Amino acid sequence: MEEKTAVIKMRNITKSFGSVLANDKVWLDIYKGEILALLGENGSGKTTLMNMLSGIYYPDAGQIFMGENEVSIRSPKDAYDLGIGMIHQHFKLVDVLTAAENIILGMSGKGLLDMSAVNEKIRSICSLYGFDVDPEQKIYDMSVSQKQTVEIIKVLYRGADILILDEPTAVLTPQETDKLFAILRNMRDDGKAVIIITHKLHEVEELSDRVAILQRGRFVGDTLTKDTNAAEMTNMMVGHPVVLNIERPEPENVKERLRVENLTIRDIDGVKKLDDVSFSVGSGEILGIAGISGCGQKELLEAIAGLQPAESGSIFYIDTKTGEKEPLIGKKPREISAMGVALSFVPEDRLGMGLVANMDLTDNMMLRSFRRGKSVFADRKSPRELARRVVTELSVNTPSVDTPVRKLSGGNVQKILVGREISSAPTVLMTAYAVRGLDINSSYTIYDLINQQKQKGVAVIFVGEDLDVLVELCDRILILCGGKVSGIVDGRKTDKREIGRMMTSLGGESSEQQA
Amino acid sequence: MAGILSLVQAAIVFGTVILFGAIGEILTEKSGSLNLGVPGIMYIGGIAGLAGAYLYESSVSAPEPLLCFLIALFCTLIASCLAGLLYSFLTISLRANQNVTGLTLTIFGSGIANLFGGAMNKMAGGVGQISVSTTSAAYRTTLPFFRGISVLSSLGVLVYVAVILAIVMTWFLNRTRAGLNLRAVGENPATADAAGIKVTKLKYIATCTGAAITGLGGLYYVLDYIKGTWANDGGIEKLGWLAVALVIFARWKPVHAIWGSYLFGVLFWLYFYIPGLDRSSQELFKMLPYIVTIAVLVISSMRRSRENRPPAHLGLPYFREER
Amino acid sequence: MNSKLKEPFVRITKREDTPLLKAWGIRLFSLLLALITCAGIIYLIVKLNPLKVYVAMWEGAFGTSKRSWITARDTMMLLCIGVGLAPAFKMRFWNIGAEGQILAGGLATAACMIYFGSSMPTWALLIVSFAASCIAGAVWGFVPAAFKARFDTNETLFTLMMNYVAIQLTSFFITKWENPIGSNTVGIINQSTKAGWLPSFLGQQYMLNVIIVMTLTIAVYIYLRWSKHGYEIAVVGESERTAKYIGINVKKVIIRTVALSGGLCGVAGFLAVSGASHTISTNTAGGRGFTAIIVAWLAKFNPLVMFFVSLLLAFLQKGAVEIASRYDLNDYASQMITGIILFFILGSEFFINYKLIFRGKKEVN
Repeated sequence: MEEKTAVIKMRNITKSFGSVLANDKVWLDIYKGEILALLGENGSGKTTLMNMLSGIYYPDAGQIFMGENEVSIRSPKDAYDLGIGMIHQHFKLVDVLTAAENIILGMSGKGLLDMSAVNEKIRSICSLYGFDVDPEQKIYDMSVSQKQTVEIIKVLYRGADILILDEPTAVLTPQETDKLFAILRNMRDDGKAVIIITHKLHEVEELSDRVAILQRGRFVGDTLTKDTNAAEMTNMMVGHPVVLNIERPEPENVKERLRVENLTIRDIDGVKKLDDVSFSVGSGEILGIAGISGCGQKELLEAIAGLQPAESGSIFYIDTKTGEKEPLIGKKPREISAMGVALSFVPEDRLGMGLVANMDLTDNMMLRSFRRGKSVFADRKSPRELARRVVTELSVNTPSVDTPVRKLSGGNVQKILVGREISSAPTVLMTAYAVRGLDINSSYTIYDLINQQKQKGVAVIFVGEDLDVLVELCDRILILCGGKVSGIVDGRKTDKREIGRMMTSLGGESSEQQA
Repeated sequence: MAGILSLVQAAIVFGTVILFGAIGEILTEKSGSLNLGVPGIMYIGGIAGLAGAYLYESSVSAPEPLLCFLIALFCTLIASCLAGLLYSFLTISLRANQNVTGLTLTIFGSGIANLFGGAMNKMAGGVGQISVSTTSAAYRTTLPFFRGISVLSSLGVLVYVAVILAIVMTWFLNRTRAGLNLRAVGENPATADAAGIKVTKLKYIATCTGAAITGLGGLYYVLDYIKGTWANDGGIEKLGWLAVALVIFARWKPVHAIWGSYLFGVLFWLYFYIPGLDRSSQELFKMLPYIVTIAVLVISSMRRSRENRPPAHLGLPYFREER
Repeated sequence: MNSKLKEPFVRITKREDTPLLKAWGIRLFSLLLALITCAGIIYLIVKLNPLKVYVAMWEGAFGTSKRSWITARDTMMLLCIGVGLAPAFKMRFWNIGAEGQILAGGLATAACMIYFGSSMPTWALLIVSFAASCIAGAVWGFVPAAFKARFDTNETLFTLMMNYVAIQLTSFFITKWENPIGSNTVGIINQSTKAGWLPSFLGQQYMLNVIIVMTLTIAVYIYLRWSKHGYEIAVVGESERTAKYIGINVKKVIIRTVALSGGLCGVAGFLAVSGASHTISTNTAGGRGFTAIIVAWLAKFNPLVMFFVSLLLAFLQKGAVEIASRYDLNDYASQMITGIILFFILGSEFFINYKLIFRGKKEVN
């Protein structure tokens, strides 16, 4: 690679939120015609740093240079004017507007809109890079990967030549990821600077030319990707060497615990979310569930938990001693627990569903227990003790048990939620995206907790998105595709390519014959 | 037949007051601000127009109608715009709760208007003695080319202004760049912000312009509807709340507000035109507009269409660095 | 780039955990600022020494024992409504229909007084009126709550419309109960027998009002803070999805809470009719349903803090009426002053929750 000068230089960038120092004197250089991977654990300040480049946040201290000039990026508009565009992890799209309307949002130009000219230009960008999007389609009708495409077009439409993508592959299948990477390479060859924020090492190795690493808000260093390796990067990321192996104890004494038969569910708009799903889970094993986001995982777990009415089919809870079957379908959560079924559920949306963000630890522990007893007053003593116990046993980092959970970091929030859910000695444990957004250490704490439950004879259902984790942790993996069961595979005998294929086509037997 | 004609006419006059309120509030709500200060702003707009006209008319011997018209209009626009500015400053810059700020604005507006209205009445020599006849006449002048047409024969100029404003507003929201940006702000300010839209500025402009339009409702009420007088009877307040209800009835679409407002007018005056009602049944009939609004609320909440929903971020404050 | 852009002049950052004392200091300071502003405005209007004006206000509210008791009565009225609204607001149900719920309660009381005034002993009549007003208010809350629970119908506008339905219903009954005929008012009900009037207690006409409202206030405080229902209300208010997740029957909680809220507002109607005016008119609620919303919100839905906010507002109102009558203004001056003071207090919350950072790193607290 020939000598290049950095198009953007970030120097001594510092940003804090309240008492949390998110970025501490960070240096970063960005070059054109190069794909830079910004690597770091969850919570290491990658997104914050890039948000300051895209004008969402303003640094507390430090300078940003564009070429030789110091610039001040006070708003996203300033960023666009400098040719910087960012594709956020949570898409910034207005649901009720069309793709085209979203793409031109906020751009200057004639007061009167000429949508047909806009559509024309979008189509030409699409054909240039190989996107497939209808400019007149409303966002709420789109799939996740279509929405991501709209976001990318939005940035290109504005003529950005520095593109930042925040964890772009989190919501994509391996096949969609390949397609995206091809497009990003196209853009690099086009002379654009591409930055992807990621915590996945194999993506760094596969895609990037250069890698820059952040650790707890501090810049650790940057290097050409070809000059480094996974072990070295991990050490830089975590600060100490880690063993990257998830334990998988052999399941013992597996007996059928929960059986789902021909389950079909429609949502409010009448769309089929689950279609004729059947499977069973045994005590002492982990059943993984894989699938593209939004293809029925949420509905499945909620149906078992009694939160989602089903159109047809049945769910049975089986007493492992007597073999008696109890139907769960049509029962409310309270009725299910009244039947003596100890079902724990760690939902995807921790602060919006599993916990109450504004309540303290004690009150959140109370969620499961406040009804106990005949008194009109709620017992706060035992939840308080439980909170204390969870804090010590799972080493939750919190000032006290009277702190609102919204002030805690993602890992600590998840420890509290999982701690509460397993405290009731469940026989069935369901988790949805249990390690999303967690740093490596917290993730391993959660895997350990789940494995402990498995060894205690709990039937565990683990809905995951990271196929590497699913393949390493689960005994069996059920793959959903468009609400149907695409297949159930043995975790020890499969690999993520196979699962990826099954996620996109039923049974994985598609006509996909690309190079 | 004559009864129906005069009912329609009364309905249009009534509807015009709340139509202004509703158009202003639609613009405001499209930017994500739920301004419950509509009655207060109407009060402020009304009293400012009246005061301006009164001061001018009582200071010259032969007031010029056109000047009367412009002075009252100017005073109303400025005063109600200032009320909108106050609301904007508190809710947008200082991020105060929108509902509470709006209600406070209503209390404040009704207080200040009735205080000065009462004082002007007293200066003029007693309740109902205030007279701005020239201004009122100017506002109630029928446009020349509508004079012959029966229903339209006695409608003042602001009636047409309201209809035109509603149409212009629809065009603005759907066909212009600024309108698109505004809708995005009300739906999802974080997205609009990331797209480079100046969220705060746009919200300020929409809320203040909306307030100015709402204020015109008060002006029309004072100078046309009650013919240039003042009464401390809470009439404006009731109409102000109906304007807020009309926004929902019209599903945030200004053209629907046009016929909606006239329908409200018909419902409001219906008791007057139904023969043989005694006083007590009349009172029950006066519930109609409110009952119908409730019915519309319920029906529209039963049909969950994605297109007829309120702006998604309505009523919530926006702070860019929120985590 | 041709020119270097400047750092923004002022930036805002969120602040967590402002000490309680400082928070109240900020609020008090804003109140002071508001009073100074009001004094300025009053001076502009009536050209009187503002200090004298405030002395007059003090005399108007607390000048004599009788006035103090009337101020106390009005404080209790506001407090009762505010306390009634608290459960609904804590659940994030924007009940702005207190006005109608008060009227419904007042109508029920008036009906009891008129129809049973001569056939029941006073104590029984009082109990029946109290219960009837409570039920009437609860019904007025139940209707929008049921639709909210079932169809997620916007409660703000529903409750608002219910106010006007109640007003028209009151007008309807006024034509039925007119006394004397043609006056379009109900007149003082049971003027000679005083049947159904809340009696004096411990030698004070309004002592019972105080006792009833203070009891309710403490009861609601305990209910919200320590009962299982109170906890459910808090969870539903914070997150309906969490509530469903742990098996709370959200619909039931919404309906139960808003009916309770309406019932308490109905009691305020009982106090207004049986315990104060002894008549009913479309002005019986008199905008207090709206003022109480602000009371409840400023107190952060804490019933005990509401007492002080209510006292402040009742004082302002009585004081302003006094200035109005002394200096030949009308009563609406009080609404204007109330509005200004509330604007200041509303604005002050910003300085409690955020801080400003000016260019050049100087932080302003």
